[in-house]
Amino acid sequence: MVIPDQQPNLLRPGHAACAGCGLAIGMKLVLQTMGPRTIAVIVPSCEGAIGGVYPNTSYGVPTIHSAFEIAAPTAAGIANALKIQGKDDIQVLAFAGDGGTFDIGLASLSGATKNNEDILYVCLDNEAYMNTGIQVSSATPSYAWTRTTPEGNPHRKKNIMEIMAAHYNPYSATATIGFPRDLQQKITKAKSIRGTKFIHTLVPCPTGWRTPSDISPELSILAVETKVFPLYEVEDGKRYTINHEPRNLSVQEYLLKQGRFRHLKEEQIRQIQMDVDEEWKKLKHRACHSRSKGK
Amino acid sequence: MKEFMTGNEAVAQAVKLCRTPLIAAYPITPQTAIYEKLSDWEASGKLEGIMMRTESEHSAMASCIAASLTGVRTFTATSSQGLALMHEMLHFAAGCRAPVVMVNVNRLLAAPWGFWADQLDSLSQRDTGWIQFYCENGQEALDSVIQAYQIAEQVYLPVMVSMEAFFVSHFMETVYVPEQEQVDRFLPPIDLPHKFDIDKPGFLVPVVSSELYRKYKQMAQVSMDSVKEIAVRVDQEFKKEFGRGYGILEAMMLEDAEVVLVTAGSITSTARLAIKDLRKQGNKIGLLKLRLFRPFPREGVQQALRGKKKIAVIDRNISLGSGGIFCQELRAALVHSPDHPLTFSYIAGIGGTDVTPEVIQKIALDVIARSEPIDQPMWIMEE
Repeated sequence: MVIPDQQPNLLRPGHAACAGCGLAIGMKLVLQTMGPRTIAVIVPSCEGAIGGVYPNTSYGVPTIHSAFEIAAPTAAGIANALKIQGKDDIQVLAFAGDGGTFDIGLASLSGATKNNEDILYVCLDNEAYMNTGIQVSSATPSYAWTRTTPEGNPHRKKNIMEIMAAHYNPYSATATIGFPRDLQQKITKAKSIRGTKFIHTLVPCPTGWRTPSDISPELSILAVETKVFPLYEVEDGKRYTINHEPRNLSVQEYLLKQGRFRHLKEEQIRQIQMDVDEEWKKLKHRACHSRSKGK
Repeated sequence: MKEFMTGNEAVAQAVKLCRTPLIAAYPITPQTAIYEKLSDWEASGKLEGIMMRTESEHSAMASCIAASLTGVRTFTATSSQGLALMHEMLHFAAGCRAPVVMVNVNRLLAAPWGFWADQLDSLSQRDTGWIQFYCENGQEALDSVIQAYQIAEQVYLPVMVSMEAFFVSHFMETVYVPEQEQVDRFLPPIDLPHKFDIDKPGFLVPVVSSELYRKYKQMAQVSMDSVKEIAVRVDQEFKKEFGRGYGILEAMMLEDAEVVLVTAGSITSTARLAIKDLRKQGNKIGLLKLRLFRPFPREGVQQALRGKKKIAVIDRNISLGSGGIFCQELRAALVHSPDHPLTFSYIAGIGGTDVTPEVIQKIALDVIARSEPIDQPMWIMEE
């Protein structure tokens, strides 16, 4: 797959993200790959803060700051209007955070996906409500500290990829900023597919994860190499492909670098390792099954 | 063409005639027949455009707003709980100046549950910045939808056309369905201003300062106020093309009337009959129908009721702790009129209960007999 390298930067410098923001890196990579013939939907979140205060904006493509729970139906409304106008060469991109995707926007994302609306939905997952000051979401991992789970999150992270796969949409994939080529390849592939495409993008958040501002890409790589966040694709809800074979590092290498996990007890780390291994086994099984069926 | 049809079908006919290219909807009793009829026509190729079957009313409105801002005419229909669920997006539509047109079938709000006519659903959306019309019958609903696009697209504000559950939505009446060429003349296809320009990218719905927000609201208020004039003009043009007009309010037998009944929606039809009988009995009574509710036709109401002694407002809704909402608005509109009339609030027809000619007669005789003002709303029941 060929990715044009010299696309213009469509997330302009001078935006309001925190230093080391993984989300801003993610947005920049996605927008660069989408190119200028794109209309973007953002929702109240760090994306709104990054957008800037009127009359300034950091977005280089036409963008609407919609309401929190409606990234998908807003994008779908635009996509259908473009179809009516015969503007087939403009793509509609929806950005939403984990709160806007896993929680409050889940029903509307499901509705648009069920209808296979022609949109690319990129979930920028920083694993809590960061824009409002670090509150727990259903994307927050087990035992993680947030301001509303001061003793650690008692619940497991929701498996959004499996929820999406259950819609049999043409394309879903995981991606993260530590693997920029992989992320851009997936966006490029999604651009070539009609229907609802979903990219679950892990974006480290120095502010919320309680980490130094210069290790976001490193954390992103560690999330993949520890199998906490495997890189894979799901096509038509059934064909699974693992895109990167993890180095199988222990989860500790990822967890102990983050202030939000500083309080973890040994048994909790063991539990996280067990959960990660179990999920990986399931994913491997699905990928193997897809491969043998494909033959 | 003259046809026998329900209010819901009349609305669907209007949407088809307006060549609305994007419809987004979610089913709710008693609106479903609109959604189903449009789906039938979509399936048989009689409807141009795209039908979005969203997972909620909230998303239906979100999609309408987005499509409207992209430049196309849009429609949705809902009722009661669905309208309440949309509430957030109603503010958003008006704030974005998206000329979305919606039909709301007035149904009571839970709890407790029921499906019957009650105007509280749309009246409790009065502060969302939507233009609001209340219709008496299917014909008026059909005509009002066509007018609604013309008004919405001149002022860039969304329009809600309301008609009561069952009494209008499901009653079959004779409806004149205009010819397509007539509607095309009155409402040509439109390319709304495109908010998304690939060559000149902008940022829509930004965060603004307090001062800008205030300025924006002031501008929206000026636009909203201008709707009174626009709606009158559009109605006159409509009458020229189609031979039917409604005005933004309608005065009946007001010239020599001392007592005036004020109604909105289907109760008006019954009141038309009742005042004839009351006149025969020698009562100097008239009727004022409110059709446009937002913006409230303050000047029109002041003029129509000048010199009247007593007003009885009949409300099929109640704002608990206050009273009938049409009455609140009317009292507020009259408060600075010299010698303004005594205004009485009558609550009738709540939860879809019958407002018969006898109920209206009872209200009229009650108001005629009164000489002292009463702040409290009075509940009037059928025998």
